Formats: sequence, C-alpha cells, structure tokens
Amino acid sequence: MPRTPLAKSPMAPPQSFVWTRRIVLTLLALFALLPVYVMLSSSVKPLEDTLGEWSWIPSSFTLRPYVDIWETVPLAKYFMNSLIVAGAATVCSVVIAVFAAYAVSRYQFRGKRVFTVTILSTQMFPGILFLLPLFLIFVNIGNQTGIALYGSRGGLILTYLTFSLPFSVWMLIGYFSSIPRDLDEAALVDGCGPLGALFRVVVPAAVPGIVAVAVYAFMTAWGEVLFASVMTNDTTRTLAVGLKAYATENNVYWNQVMAASLVVSVPVVAGFLLLQRYLVAGLTAGAVK
Amino acid sequence: MTSLDVKAPAAGEAPSSPAGGPPRRRLRIPARIRRGGLPYLLLLPALLFELLIHLVPMVVGIVMAFKELTQFYIRDWGRAPWAGLENFRVAVDFDAPIGAELLHSFWVTCSFTVLTVGCSWLFGVSAAILMQESFRGRGLLRAVFLTPYALPAYAAVITWAFMFQRDNGLVNSVLGGDSFWLIGDNAFWALTTVAVWKTWPFAFLMLMAGLQNIPKELYEAASIDGAGIWQQIRRITLPSLRPVNQVLVLVLFLWTFNDFNTPFLLFGKGAPEAADLVSIHIYDSSFITWNFGSGSAMSVLLLLFLLLVTAVYLVITSRGRKGADA
Repeated sequence: MPRTPLAKSPMAPPQSFVWTRRIVLTLLALFALLPVYVMLSSSVKPLEDTLGEWSWIPSSFTLRPYVDIWETVPLAKYFMNSLIVAGAATVCSVVIAVFAAYAVSRYQFRGKRVFTVTILSTQMFPGILFLLPLFLIFVNIGNQTGIALYGSRGGLILTYLTFSLPFSVWMLIGYFSSIPRDLDEAALVDGCGPLGALFRVVVPAAVPGIVAVAVYAFMTAWGEVLFASVMTNDTTRTLAVGLKAYATENNVYWNQVMAASLVVSVPVVAGFLLLQRYLVAGLTAGAVK
Repeated sequence: MTSLDVKAPAAGEAPSSPAGGPPRRRLRIPARIRRGGLPYLLLLPALLFELLIHLVPMVVGIVMAFKELTQFYIRDWGRAPWAGLENFRVAVDFDAPIGAELLHSFWVTCSFTVLTVGCSWLFGVSAAILMQESFRGRGLLRAVFLTPYALPAYAAVITWAFMFQRDNGLVNSVLGGDSFWLIGDNAFWALTTVAVWKTWPFAFLMLMAGLQNIPKELYEAASIDGAGIWQQIRRITLPSLRPVNQVLVLVLFLWTFNDFNTPFLLFGKGAPEAADLVSIHIYDSSFITWNFGSGSAMSVLLLLFLLLVTAVYLVITSRGRKGADA
C-alpha cells in the first residue's frame, strides 16, 4: 500500500508499527464483523441451510425470511411498541437533561455537587437491585390508584428515561460548559429571560451534543432487556422480548431470527453510525475530563 | 458586540450571583428571587424521576431485604412479617445450598469480570492507539469497530447463540469439534467471548475521545528529541490516558459485574452453573421461587460489595495519581 500522505511527515511510522497496525486492526475487524456476517448471510438462506451444518455461502438465495418474520411472530406490533417506548423515553430524557445540565453549567447553587454525585452514582446500582422493588411499587400503585404502570408502556417509558438521564446530564454539562458564556449573557442583555437564553442561544449551539445524547438515549431504551421482560404483557411487549418468540418454539426458524435481528438493528445502527462523530465530539468536550 | 462590556465583571463575579446578569436586572427583587430558585426548578424533573425510579425503589429494596416477602404477601407487601437478618443469614450461610450457590455465582462473576474488563480494555486501547494517526480507511474501520456497540443487545446475542449451536453453529464448524457451548463448562467461555465483543467498542470510543485531548506539541517535542513511535506510545500516550482509564475501568467493572442482558439472552431461563452470574442468580432465585425478601437481601449484599470495591479503587487510584504528580 503506498503511504504518500505520511511520507511527508518528519516521522513516518516504522515498518514494525505499520505491520502491527495491519494485523491487529484486521483481527479486531474480523471479530467485530463476524456476527454481522452470520446475521446477513443466514437471513437470506432457506431454512434447511440454517438447520444443517454451518455454511459460509447460502445454498440458494431467498428473501422469503424477510416476508415470513412478520407472520411467525407479531413483529410489527413489537416494533411499534419499541418505537413508542424508545421515542417517548428519548424525548423526555433529552428535555429533562437539557434543563438540568443548563442549571449545573450556568448557575452556582447550594447542593450542586450533591446533585451531580447522586445522579451519577445511580449508574452503579445493579439493575436487579431496583427491579424487584420497582416491580412491586408499580403493582401496588396499580392496585391502590388504578393507574396501570405495570404492564403499560408508560411505566416502561418512565423507567427508560431515567436510565439514560445520568449519562445525558453528565455529557451535556460538559458540552454546555464549552459554549462561551458571553453568548447567553449577550442574550440576557438583549432582554431574553434565562429560558430564552437557553432555547435561543445555548440549545442551538449545543445541537451536536444534544443529538449525541438523543442517540444514546434511544439506543439504551431500544436495547434494554431486563425491565422489558418483567414489566410488559402481551399487548405492550417490545422487541427485546418479542424476538425470543422465534427461538423458544420447538422449531427454531434461524433464518427468520437472523432476518428479524437485522431488521430491528437497522434503525439504531444506521442512526448511530451516521451520528457517531457527534458522540466522539461530545465525549471529548465533556465526559472525558 | 454588546456583551463585551458586561463580560469582564460577570466572569469574575461572586458565585452567589448566577449568570452575571446586568445590574438593572438585579435591582428588581422578584426577579432575583425567581432567579435564585430557577436552578432548582430546572433540576426538579431530573431529581423527581431519579428519586421515583432509582432511589425510592432502592430504599424499598433495602427494607424488603429485612422482610419475609414470599408469594403470599406480593399483593400487599406491607403486611409481610419482619424477618430481621434471617434473609442475610441464609444468603451467607455457605454450608447450606442457597449460600453455597450464591458464593459459587460470586466467584464465577469475579473471573468473568476480570477477563472481560481486561480483554475489552486491551482491545480498546490497542485499536485507539493504532488508529490515532490518520490512514486510508480509518473512518470506515472506526464504524466497523463501533458496530457491536450500536447493535441492540438482543439481536447481537441471539446471533452469537446461533453461532454457538452444537449442530448447526459456526463455532463448532470452524473449530471442527462437536462440543456444547451453551450448556456445561464451555458456557463460561461462550459468555466471556460475547461480553468482550459487546464491551470493547465502548472502551475504544472512550479512549479515542481521550486521545484527542493529548496536546500535539508533546509528540512533536518527543520526535525532535528522537523518540520513536513505540517510545512515544509508552512515554506519552499511555500516561496521558491515565485519567480516562481511571473512569473507564471503573465503569467497565460495574457494568460487567452487573451484566444481566448477555447471560439472560444467551442462555434463556436458568443459566448453566459455569456461567451463573450474580444478576442472573438473583433474578432466578427471586422470580422462580417468588421469594423477593431473599432476592433483595442478595441484591443488598451485591450493592455493598460494589460500593466497597469502588471506594477502595478510588482511594488507590487517586493516591497513585497524587504520587505521580509529586
């Protein structure tokens, strides 16, 4: 491979480095992509192919699994549920995080440190620790007030928004702090209230950070399994649980499982890969300090 | 730029006057009071939800650990009789089956965590350092490396479960054996492989961001002094990553130790003994026996252990950092 761009720099990396780089990165890329290849190739195989010994190339190419997945399991319903839950949780989480991060980055007030430490420390609790109590709290609220949180999408939205909230607040504090204060002070002088300054100046300047946080929140909600498996019922089941329906029956439709996995992954993977540079920028600006 | 003349005093102002508004505003008392309360108002929603979903259930969980909360009291758990320390006593009675299983699960989780965090960090740091300098295809490779992180856990782990099938899986076909991977002792290695695959891109992401904060001048100075690239990595890059590593390793440890998704999705109900992580163990013993009191006691023990490790870790790493600065 010609390395003209690097030849210009005074210290072109030595051959030992270049070869280490090639070998290590190739191995890591193979490791990362292996399941993706399995998913892709198996999803266009006929069922017999996936039940016999593993083959790298499909014996014949078929798109049948992509048609069948919607009938074997009510995938569309699960998809819709996931979309509603993850979408609502993302919107709520981002709005709440913007307010909180603005307060922390722009104001000095009593209890600021307590707030940031508390909110970050919730990250370390094992999910299992508050799964059981939350389950009981939701069931009991339902019994006493008739507000159905257990088994409803609302309960799941509430839960998921708090999962992404700590990291979102943390990252936005860093991002907001990197925006010069002169900007919102100018807005205050021009007669905007503090909220006016937030929405007209700080939020527009922080769009990359907010996008990154939204992607993170959506991914968190879209991929969560533990609470989804306990807190949902037949009508509110999300993809995280629904996808297992292909695999728990006597006959495992592996080609359909792979096709369905691919279909449910595409929205988040595409979104993430398109917006990942914002995530790196956001991490660089805020979190990694 | 009207902001220029207010900027200087505002920046140096006492912390009690937030946002450093212009003087004519500060004279109006209602606005001042409102402004004093404003940060709290902005924090209120975040606090409220964190309290409702995290902190209240945690307190409830601690209370539950002291109750005899079996299936008879689920509907109205306030009526469950107090059990004192009975739940804890049963959990740490390592001679009886329940305690022995918990201890076994704890050791499995420890080895799983050490291996997973170690490999994930190693892969992440290698990839990040090797990709620090620009080369052809770097952007594409970065997207490839981040794909496992972006894939939803259930889709990815189901795919791994397919690869680990005995009769029609890729792993046995490549290795040429016919061993079981999802039951028996091999399950531990299957679980660790999947966890590393899922975790290392996050380490890569964090370290990549960390590398961008290292000033270029350091490398320029080093290369003028004749330091080769390997020396630069050892003398500049790795030491500069220390603050990132401090946070990263802790976060990886906590996530891995608490990992529920990977074993739950890989094995379904009832993980094999060799891969019985603590989270799964607590989940199974709570929801299969419906003994929530005992499950809560185990969760509290888990939390205490994590708190202890975190505290020790922070003390040791902070002292190490201070020593290095001195």
